[in-house]
Amino acid sequence: MTQTQLSQIATGHTPVPAVSLSGVTKAFGAVHAVRGIDLELQQGEIVAFLGPNGAGKTTTIDMMLGLSRPTTGEVAVLGMEPRQAIARGLVSAVMQTGGLIKDLSVRETVEYTASLFADTKPVDEVLENAGITAIADRKVAKCSGGEQQRLRFAMALLPDPALLLLDEPTTGMDVEGRRTFWSAIRRDAEQGRTVLFATHYLEEADQYADRIVLISQGLIVADGTGSEIRALTSGRTVRATIPDADGATAESLAAIDGVDGVELRGDTVLLHARDSDAVARYLLTETDARDLEITSKGLEDAFLSLTGPSDTEGN
Amino acid sequence: MTTATIDPTTRTVPPFGGLNRTILRIEIKRMLRNRRTIFFTLVFPAGLFFAFGGTQGWDDSAGHGNVAAYIMVSMALYGAALTAASAGAMVAMERALGWSRQLRLTPLSPVVYISIKAVVALVMGALAVLVVNAAGLFQGKPDMPVGRWIACAVLAVLCTLVFAALGVFVGYLVPGENAMQILGPGLALMSFLGNVFIPIDDHTSLIWHIAQWTPMFGVAEITRAPLTGELPWYAVVNALGWLAVFVLGAAWRMSKDTARV
Repeated sequence: MTQTQLSQIATGHTPVPAVSLSGVTKAFGAVHAVRGIDLELQQGEIVAFLGPNGAGKTTTIDMMLGLSRPTTGEVAVLGMEPRQAIARGLVSAVMQTGGLIKDLSVRETVEYTASLFADTKPVDEVLENAGITAIADRKVAKCSGGEQQRLRFAMALLPDPALLLLDEPTTGMDVEGRRTFWSAIRRDAEQGRTVLFATHYLEEADQYADRIVLISQGLIVADGTGSEIRALTSGRTVRATIPDADGATAESLAAIDGVDGVELRGDTVLLHARDSDAVARYLLTETDARDLEITSKGLEDAFLSLTGPSDTEGN
Repeated sequence: MTTATIDPTTRTVPPFGGLNRTILRIEIKRMLRNRRTIFFTLVFPAGLFFAFGGTQGWDDSAGHGNVAAYIMVSMALYGAALTAASAGAMVAMERALGWSRQLRLTPLSPVVYISIKAVVALVMGALAVLVVNAAGLFQGKPDMPVGRWIACAVLAVLCTLVFAALGVFVGYLVPGENAMQILGPGLALMSFLGNVFIPIDDHTSLIWHIAQWTPMFGVAEITRAPLTGELPWYAVVNALGWLAVFVLGAAWRMSKDTARV
């Protein structure tokens, strides 16, 4: 299978996607961590993988890294099985914690890793780029958290990977550090490197990613640019008191153009709407509604509404 | 957005599953820097030899040599076993630190990784054997023909592989640093039971019958065979049996582990 894929690449008019998941599921016993994901990442994309804890981010990334196999479905990285892509130095990952031996020095750790790949950048150059030349002879155990993180990056960039997977990359960085970090990532993406970073900060995803993939309960719930995602979740909440509101009231309100959802809490009605003006006009003219309040949803609310447990789920 | 693409076909896989001299150099350097390893490898077995090797009756004859030589060979084996087991148990430590996971993101094949650990265990075991034998030479009491002396030392080194496998196995069963807390006393107990520390002379006793089944017994008989001039078949069966148990056990735990990482 790989042979044909490789020859296709060789004739290549279209570059292979960096990542291609089709119908991927992963179950751990009775727990369905990933419930059917189709995803294609193109070369040079910077993609945020966004979702609350336990959404299936780590499980999905582990499958891209060949650390676990999908229960069903196909995972391809640069047109190959993940393990083959890793053997060619095409994929690297930077985790937030662990992954370092404490009694090795910084230089030894980089030399050790470099020796495993067929081709790598020179160790000294990588140390220099990561800004850890000065601490090269220090034992990993004596390095600060930030220095260890730089070391992890140096190791990940050694083989000049085509796909870089990052787990919460900027945790613990200050604003300046964050900006420098992302401009470096952006430079590499222009050379064709694909970067997928897991985060649960919507703001960071919005600011730095070309594309946001929102995952919740093992499914992709939204996939698009930051503004597309915001458009999906934008809208306002109109709150009103309607005496004797019942199911019939709710139904008639739900029929108003631009209303996405209706919640009934006693006499209080909450309407989620894209066009709040039309809703307000209708409420005030056609019903006994009073005490109208119109509030806009924040990004965080939007995120929560997309990723939160859905009450309407039928299966 | 994208101004360039990467052609994955230009990338190659390293030869030998990632095996290379740099790793071996760094791994051995790392072992030699570890004070605990140095103590178990260089100081402890030699100390035991000095404590036991000069006791009453050291010059009695034992096979082709004397009792001091017999004790020296036994202590060399014990030191090498302890060293190899601790080298093997490092696999588990590295797993706990997430290093094994990190290595899975490189071309290094798991088989090569374990082979590297085995080579490191052998080198460190050889060092332990060398030190005890040097201690014997220095003390001057052990006596046996040079050829048999060398044969005993080489066999001791080879037999350490059994305990390297045991170290890996126990390392996977017991998380992190606790592995050595079990392996240390465990190996001492096996050595007492396995005819390494105290010779069991009465071959009709219950303890002898138990001893024949313990993991140190077989390798000890094999290692001392050039000196004693005898090698019972059940000792060979014992050594091969335990080697199989430990290797299969380690392989079983490792396969479980890689399925889960």
